Amino acid sequence: MHQTQYLRPTSLDEALLVLADRRFEVLAGGTDFYPARVGKPVDVDILDITRVSSLRGIRDEGRLFRIGAATSWSDLIAAPVAAPFDAQFAGLRAAARDIGGLQIQNAGTVAGNLCNASPAADGIPPLLALGARVELASSKRTRSVALADFVLGNRKTLRQPDELVTAVLVPKWRAGSRSVFLKLGHRRYLVISIAMVSAVAALDDAGRVALCGIAVGACSAVAQRLSGLEARLIGRPAREAASLVAAQDLKGLSPIDDVRGSAAYRMDAALTLVRQAVAQAVDAGAAP
Amino acid sequence: MNLPMDPGLRSLVGADLAGMALSVNGAPQILHCAPSKRLVYALREDLGLTGTKVGCDAGDCGACTVLLDGKQVCACITPAGQAEGRNITTVEGLAEDGKLNTLQQAFLKHGAAQCGICTPGMLMAATDLLSRNATPTEAEVLDALGGVLCRCTGYRKIVEAVLAVASNDVVLDEAPVGAAVGSRLARLDGPAKLTGAEKFGADTIPAEALSLRIIRSPHARATFTLGDLEAFRAAYPQLEGIITAGDVPENSFAVFPTPKDQPVLADGHVRFRGEAVLGLLGGEDAIRAIPESAVPITWTVETALETSVAALAAKKNALHDFAPDNVLCRGRVVKGDVTRALKQAAFTAEGAFETTHVEHAYIEPEAGYAEVFEQDGKQRIRVFVCTQTPYMDKEEVARVLKLPADAVQVVPSAIGGGFGGKLDVSIQPLLAVAAWKMKRPVRIVYTRPESMVSTTKRHPAQMQVTLGCDASGQLSAVDFVGDFNTGAYASWGSTVANRVPVHASGPYKVANVKALTRAIYTNNAIAGAFRGFGVPQACIATEALMDDLAEQCGMDRFEFRLKNAIRAGDQTATGQTLAASVGLAQCLEALRGAWHNTLGDVARKNGSRSDSSGHGNIRYGAEVGRLRYGAGIACMWYGIGNTVIANPSTMTIGLRQNGRFILYNGAQEIGQGSYTIMPQIAADALGVSVALIDQIHGDTDLTEDAGKSSASRQTFVSGNATKFAAEDLKRQLCEKLGVSAEATLTLEGAVLVGRAESGEQRLDLAKARTDARGDIALGSGTFSPPTIALDADGQGVPYATYGFAAQIAEVEVDMDLGTVKVLHIHAAHDVGRAVNPTQVEGQIHGGVAQGLGLALMEEYISGRTDNLHDYLIPTIGDIPPITTYIIEDPEPIAPYGAKGVGEPALIATAPAIFGAIRQATGVRVAFAPCTPDRLRQLIKGQGT
Ligand SMILES: Cc1cc2nc3c(=O)[nH]c(=O)nc-3n(C[C@H](O)[C@H](O)[C@H](O)COP(=O)(O)OP(=O)(O)OC[C@H]3O[C@@H](n4cnc5c(N)ncnc54)[C@H](O)[C@@H]3O)c2cc1C
Ligand code: FES
Ligand code: FES
Repeated sequence: MHQTQYLRPTSLDEALLVLADRRFEVLAGGTDFYPARVGKPVDVDILDITRVSSLRGIRDEGRLFRIGAATSWSDLIAAPVAAPFDAQFAGLRAAARDIGGLQIQNAGTVAGNLCNASPAADGIPPLLALGARVELASSKRTRSVALADFVLGNRKTLRQPDELVTAVLVPKWRAGSRSVFLKLGHRRYLVISIAMVSAVAALDDAGRVALCGIAVGACSAVAQRLSGLEARLIGRPAREAASLVAAQDLKGLSPIDDVRGSAAYRMDAALTLVRQAVAQAVDAGAAP
Repeated sequence: MNLPMDPGLRSLVGADLAGMALSVNGAPQILHCAPSKRLVYALREDLGLTGTKVGCDAGDCGACTVLLDGKQVCACITPAGQAEGRNITTVEGLAEDGKLNTLQQAFLKHGAAQCGICTPGMLMAATDLLSRNATPTEAEVLDALGGVLCRCTGYRKIVEAVLAVASNDVVLDEAPVGAAVGSRLARLDGPAKLTGAEKFGADTIPAEALSLRIIRSPHARATFTLGDLEAFRAAYPQLEGIITAGDVPENSFAVFPTPKDQPVLADGHVRFRGEAVLGLLGGEDAIRAIPESAVPITWTVETALETSVAALAAKKNALHDFAPDNVLCRGRVVKGDVTRALKQAAFTAEGAFETTHVEHAYIEPEAGYAEVFEQDGKQRIRVFVCTQTPYMDKEEVARVLKLPADAVQVVPSAIGGGFGGKLDVSIQPLLAVAAWKMKRPVRIVYTRPESMVSTTKRHPAQMQVTLGCDASGQLSAVDFVGDFNTGAYASWGSTVANRVPVHASGPYKVANVKALTRAIYTNNAIAGAFRGFGVPQACIATEALMDDLAEQCGMDRFEFRLKNAIRAGDQTATGQTLAASVGLAQCLEALRGAWHNTLGDVARKNGSRSDSSGHGNIRYGAEVGRLRYGAGIACMWYGIGNTVIANPSTMTIGLRQNGRFILYNGAQEIGQGSYTIMPQIAADALGVSVALIDQIHGDTDLTEDAGKSSASRQTFVSGNATKFAAEDLKRQLCEKLGVSAEATLTLEGAVLVGRAESGEQRLDLAKARTDARGDIALGSGTFSPPTIALDADGQGVPYATYGFAAQIAEVEVDMDLGTVKVLHIHAAHDVGRAVNPTQVEGQIHGGVAQGLGLALMEEYISGRTDNLHDYLIPTIGDIPPITTYIIEDPEPIAPYGAKGVGEPALIATAPAIFGAIRQATGVRVAFAPCTPDRLRQLIKGQGT
């Protein structure tokens, strides 16, 4: 067994230097890293980013919000966001509250969830729906890519080995936009989603859908936006929105059969969840 | 705390000899381990704080929960490096000035700890909550504790305890002299479980111990040859030894004398995925680092018989030569003429039912050590292990090593849950073979996947059942055929095959019964003992059909059961006349109000389509709303103790010079409370305070054989033995004092005082003579329940007494998603006498939780759900309020009337839930678990 390295820089520059040098496994909350190694010793070199304080927390940067890569789910739940924009994070916060138990929320990070790129990652649908981007930095350059482009497949992202994800960038939606997140699982806590849906919508003064984003997870290798449905909802009265959701809208999904549910069930359930999510996103008072 | 260094900068230069400074429970500590080491092992191994437990190493169970700067995290997935410069609080840090803190005291009072393996995690999660919120709501408690799994308690008493902190409702109940039985005496082993002091299987490691790692078959069926092991050893110098089949003196074991069909280490042939093939010995990290692919094994994969159906159909390639048809054994109970009775029945109901593998999912994976030692010039071997059955372990280890039984000492650790899964040997023979060969202590701790893949499961069942009744609703016939998939080796398969037919007609009076079962070998995981030994599966089938018949008769499901309930004086399917303690009708009567309230509640929630028939049987049509509600009811009975087979217990109790009694208690505590109940019984039999009784618990060198902790037998069987032992001791002491046997005994310090009508006598114990162990007198008691062997038709007296229960479930079903939320369970149990009502409730809660899991989510699939991420057991948020109704119809031959409740607790839950789903949705559930996708399919199938 060779002696593995475990580095804990406190600044971003140091962290990027480490990655520029040679291959290190990035570690944040460790909630995906360690479970993948049950009964096995840690045999990789680790770059622990949790001491880089500049990577922690949510910042309002004018046109967007920056969620630092070391921001935990609990940080996200607790972070204050100015009132007109608070509701656009309701979906992401609901997702956060349903990730594992509090232990996992206290350690696991939003960025780690995206980097791990599980088809069942609960963070992805709400961020996809919001049109989030992922910021990557290396010692040479910084770039940002749409989340939809960042995740390439089941546990695959376009991050290069010398890059660190530094932040998730969430655009500001029109004030008052509301997002929701619905998770379907077999039990109340500590459960990986069978399917999940997030929807975000803003209404115009006449109560019509002005903007919306809808994404479905765990029903394809990568969570999907339902752009066709989104387009159809624009300009329609809020109270009609849910009834416009049709099985057709899920055509782009390709769920699989696994221990959590059959493909057919996932499709069926996703339709129900999309209808409900749309109804709730356009109307706070909509009952389940 | 003052921390001297800047961890970030320092770490950039790599490892540091100064170590990592942190604060643990308020005291400064330095860790010298690798920063990537899981914090839980840094705490346990480097700092010796073994109070923090490991159940999965994957964040899934929360047993390892500690506070990091006051916030709960899983120490198993937190790198030690992240704790540097921070404050860690563990369970060891909770007690204040050596006294339990309020939260711990609340756990003790409210019975929130059973086996105690989840308790440290629960306490830390609750501490996190209470530090933020001193007066939490129930919902807030659930959210805060949602990340910790408990398999014993059903969570409700944990919630109760956390809520009790705010109101300071923590004063322990008294156990009055002469009335200890019936009191809510707090667990006597509770404080150790609440402070982290209790030693579970993984918590003690002898110095110089080697670790053992087992290499297992990746195939369900294969032959194999071992390659050049010498070359392999040379390639991995850290390897200090290897054990293979050739090292096992007698390479076969099994629960029963025949067939001894399971090898300790496979000898060229494996029969299930996960079977042990060879063992590697060395330092823990060193042997873990050896890649599996480097072990020289050449496999030839064979076609596996994956299901009972395939195994029965196979014309060749039986699993075992001695069972060419793959049938391990058959069970049979026949009474009357079922065929004729069914023909004559006014109504019949039939159906096919199926259940899957269910995993015990105790939170403590198997762990322990073995060491060879010398005593009186002889080599002996000591096995320290988490077990439900130390005496059987002793026999099995002796057999495998070909040693006389007295060469083996089994010292049970505290056990972090068993439920039948620790009733077979697992690590015991492996450790023994390795320690005997190496002449060094050897330890092993199974990983969670290893525990799941290699140990026993609940038998999957396929059942075809028909029930018949007359026009008045009197049951006349039960025809039951059940196949139970016993997997690769016998284990407790024959127990299931024999127990099920006896119970298959349910707790009802039925004149004509035919119940046939088979236990079938397949290349699946071994199915063994699991709370209820097949009866829970059978109960799902019969209770569903009871609902069918009730509906056909136009009777309320409750009334239909009450009408047919077996009563004292009635005959069972085996021809046994039940003389007394037959409390099913009382259970049902106790639930009458709850049943009507639940039906009313359901009707109201379902809105206008209320139950106009008044029968509680209504099915709802196509116009249903998305959320539908239903109520279900199910009854069960359960024979206490082994089926016919003798199962004696012996207990002894002495009095010492210090004026204290000592109970040599061999009734293994597995969370069910035998460490508390036995002293309660002994105290009343002696007429003294329970506080005067010390115990020596479950060391096979020191206690007599009290059998296994299974079959719900300890309270009844060992309880009787305890009572007899205490009575025997009292007789001896009265004789010594020269007072009549009716005298009252008291202790004034070390003076024994006997008061009888004739006067008072005193004995100065400090001056009394003792035996070699220090006992002035030793009382002994033995009890084995009287039974009569079953004849070829299964007629006889299989059990001396039975437990009875009825449970009601209320559910909410999301018709569009197929999800089920259980809203309430009412559970009425005839336990004969509740020796300790808190513990009886605890058993019921825990059984209900396991029944709920069986009904709705638990499905073990080898290779796919062998971890607690994918194998789902109920969390704290899944268990609804449970109202218990304790019925005490005393059993004349039981200690103070007390029967068992451990297994009965679980059996009625799943069928009650299925009955409720049926009322809500109109579909009959014939497959457990009823997962959302299965239920949604059923709902769609009926066109709603
Ligand atoms: C019991 C349990 C329950 C869970 N429940 C859920 C759930 O309900 N829903 C859900 O979606 N997930 C769940 N998870 C998964 C996990 O908690 C989340 O994915 C979490 O957000 C991962 O974050 P982390 O910081 O712990 O990641 P880590 O484990 O630290 O890292 C995960 C991966 O991402 C990489 N990585 C992390 N940060 C960066 C970065 N800044 N730049 C580049 N690469 C990076 C790492 O190298 C690693 O490959 C659960 C996990 C556990 C153990
Ligand atoms: S041991 Fe840490 S969560 Fe199970
Ligand atoms: S008491 Fe919770 S797992 Fe045993």
